Amino acid sequence: MDLAFFLIQTLNSLQYGLLLFLVASGLTLIFGIMGVINLAHGSFYMIGAYMAFALAPIVSGTFGGGFFATLVVGIALAVAFGYLLEWAFFSFLYEREHLQQVLMTYGLILVFEELRSLLVGDDVHGVKAPDWLDGKIPLGDVMTYPVYRIFISAVCLALAAGMYFVFTRTRLGMMIRAGSTNREMVQSLGIDIKFLYRVVFAAGVAIAVLAGMVAAPISSVYPGMGNQVLIVCFVIVVIGGIGSIRGALVAALLIGFVDTFGKVVFPHAAGVLVYVLMAMILLWKPDGLFKAG
Amino acid sequence: MWSGRTLFVAGAFALLAGYPLVAGEYGIDLVTKIMVYAVFALSLELLVGTTGLVCFGQAALFGIGAYAAVRLSPAYEAANLLWLLPASIVAATLYALFMGALSLRTKGVYFIMVTLAFAQMAYYVVHDTPLGGGTDGIYLNVKPALVLAGKPLIDLDRPLVYYAFTWICLALVFAFLAVLLRSRFGRALAGIKANEQRMRATGFSTYPYKLAAFAISGAIAGLAGFLFAVKDGFVNPELLSWHLSGAVLIMIILGGLGHLRGALIGAFAFTLLQEFFKSEAVFGAFSKHWLLGLGLTIIASVALLPRGLVGVPAQWRARLVGRRSGGRS
Amino acid sequence: MSEILLRGREITRRWGGLVAVDAVSLELERGGVHAVIGTNGAGKSTLINILSGEIAPSAGQVELLGTDVTAWSQPRRARAGLGRSYQRTTIYPGFSVFENCRLAAQARHPRPWAWWQSAARCEVSSAAARDAAGRAGLGDVLDRSAGLLSHGQKRQLEIAMCLATRPQVLLLDEPLAGMGAEETERMLALLADLKRGHAILLVEHDMDAVFAIAERITVMVNGAVLASDTPAAVRGNELVQAAYLGGHA
Repeated sequence: MDLAFFLIQTLNSLQYGLLLFLVASGLTLIFGIMGVINLAHGSFYMIGAYMAFALAPIVSGTFGGGFFATLVVGIALAVAFGYLLEWAFFSFLYEREHLQQVLMTYGLILVFEELRSLLVGDDVHGVKAPDWLDGKIPLGDVMTYPVYRIFISAVCLALAAGMYFVFTRTRLGMMIRAGSTNREMVQSLGIDIKFLYRVVFAAGVAIAVLAGMVAAPISSVYPGMGNQVLIVCFVIVVIGGIGSIRGALVAALLIGFVDTFGKVVFPHAAGVLVYVLMAMILLWKPDGLFKAG
Repeated sequence: MWSGRTLFVAGAFALLAGYPLVAGEYGIDLVTKIMVYAVFALSLELLVGTTGLVCFGQAALFGIGAYAAVRLSPAYEAANLLWLLPASIVAATLYALFMGALSLRTKGVYFIMVTLAFAQMAYYVVHDTPLGGGTDGIYLNVKPALVLAGKPLIDLDRPLVYYAFTWICLALVFAFLAVLLRSRFGRALAGIKANEQRMRATGFSTYPYKLAAFAISGAIAGLAGFLFAVKDGFVNPELLSWHLSGAVLIMIILGGLGHLRGALIGAFAFTLLQEFFKSEAVFGAFSKHWLLGLGLTIIASVALLPRGLVGVPAQWRARLVGRRSGGRS
Repeated sequence: MSEILLRGREITRRWGGLVAVDAVSLELERGGVHAVIGTNGAGKSTLINILSGEIAPSAGQVELLGTDVTAWSQPRRARAGLGRSYQRTTIYPGFSVFENCRLAAQARHPRPWAWWQSAARCEVSSAAARDAAGRAGLGDVLDRSAGLLSHGQKRQLEIAMCLATRPQVLLLDEPLAGMGAEETERMLALLADLKRGHAILLVEHDMDAVFAIAERITVMVNGAVLASDTPAAVRGNELVQAAYLGGHA
């Protein structure tokens, strides 16, 4: 493995890790703050990717918008969808046992998959990156790297920074953090906990959808993509510590590296490596690397 | 002396024994499959319903039993059931011990997710490595035979014989678990589910009990996997998928957690529901999307039947009592 | 001087920068009740958790019947004769009172490998269960589901389950919590009866009860021992009066 190759794989790892972080952060937030295990979280990612595919022609046809317009429309739809979904379904899950949450959200996965199949079909699709992001950028003398992947990393970093800002510097963030450690206290302070939950949930959905939309050009759009991402995100949340955004970031980057390098160094064992890593970390720290908050 | 429950179970087994007399080929095949799933569901009931360990990776143990049955069989002759069956069970038990030893270090949600991930580990080994024989699956060319002192005793190739063989396995597993749950060990497991802190405070080291429950559960799941593999003569990696882990969890919830007969009822109900939604006769072209019906049913049953089908008679009784006494129903 | 059954030496527990228990030493003698009192946050819960084996101390030792058990797990200590009741009722709500006690007694004779034997037929644990339940005053509700008991009866069951394992030392965490006057009287009578033959550590807030029944009282403030003496001496101790008793005479 030469330097150029190593560098490319490192950049790939970073990009993959950051993308996983985006999806996993929603999962860990929803669980950490509302105490709900949501197996359907991967479906939001899938919905995002299919939205990128399905919305693009509509957006460009209706008001001539391009990639970014599609993203904006997608995010808006996702927020509305998340808000409604929390009100109609998830708000009933808060008081239930984990096992029931697991099963009900598992049923939801099946429902989403079939609805998607009914609406958009089961074909695999490609989504084209916007032209101005489609080129390659030279790195040093001997190699180039796709601009779009850098764009993905940039988007993820920007969102991560945004989340950090909201959590640590805004009142909403403070309420969210308080809500995750002490629900009753927050309620008794007069804060509308139902509204808070709805906002957090909608945000989690929107972030996962955005991740799917942004990832679509490089990962292509296919039926099983939600489930694949879901399991990996579970591993990330478990390794990082439930409810910890910092943990999700560290774990996601770790997984990004192990998985990317694993695929090139041990192609047969690549699928297993991530779980071996999880087993080792849990042997060392059964509650994950970081505490919630 | 014979309680309602015992009568129900005895009646169910009697019905199952008599079913082949009236059933056609399709029916026998279907009910054999359901009985195999019932064994599978019983294995999970021991973990989840009795001990309170929500394992989301049971399919790995099932699949390992199935793959062991195929992998350990010689290519073109019949293996002897007397060693192949135990060997498959041992393979699954070993993985259960490995999975349990590590997963039991975690609790709650972590435990659920960790068991899922360990199952994925096994899935990928089977899916991606030469050990599994590839994503398309592998065939069992010759079914094992029971050979005692050189004389072949049973021909598992005949559906009726296989039906009987599966019935016997199911009955034995059910009886074994019924006895086990009444024993000191079984009561300790129930205590761990009810209040592990109190168990420890009175002097039970709970980890060995939980690990033992894992091992026994793995053995039974491995038996189910063996039965499945030998029935159709074919295994593929999807036998270890988390969809199957989810399905068997749904079976025991649907049937009713905490009751052995719940696993039986759940296996029947779930499989029949699946057949219903898949049937073109009822849904026509829409039957392609049977997962939608299944998903909605899962959501509805968890929401509306908190104690599963086993709890329905009690729910009705409560309602009737409510109505009769003039209160709100 | 009575036999010392449980001894804590310089027990300390730190959480990050916070010192929850600060070099606490105490002794439990057979035949006596040693009460530990203090305001909320004084470190009583942490102390009792360290003695029972649920939390490891940052420093210090725990000695049970002369053996250093500091590294022993809670189940191991329980098997060696240490019983514990909890502030929050920790019973098996779905089981009958009898089964609650029987399962507790089973811990001493687990025999898990005898999988074909019905547990209900186990004479040893059944006898111990009836015994313990009777002593705790629950002899006539053996068949009732534990979840349907009154609050006071549940607290009695909590004690019964401790007794079922035939311990020598009892760590009782606020057994009187939430009890009315009559129930308190009954529980105090039970404790007085239990004193003979056992060493009891009693964490309690009910001051009248504590002064009525304890041979020795340790007062904790901010994790450290403020005073440890006979009830009369503690009552007269000015520091204690200022910090805790609020001027009770």
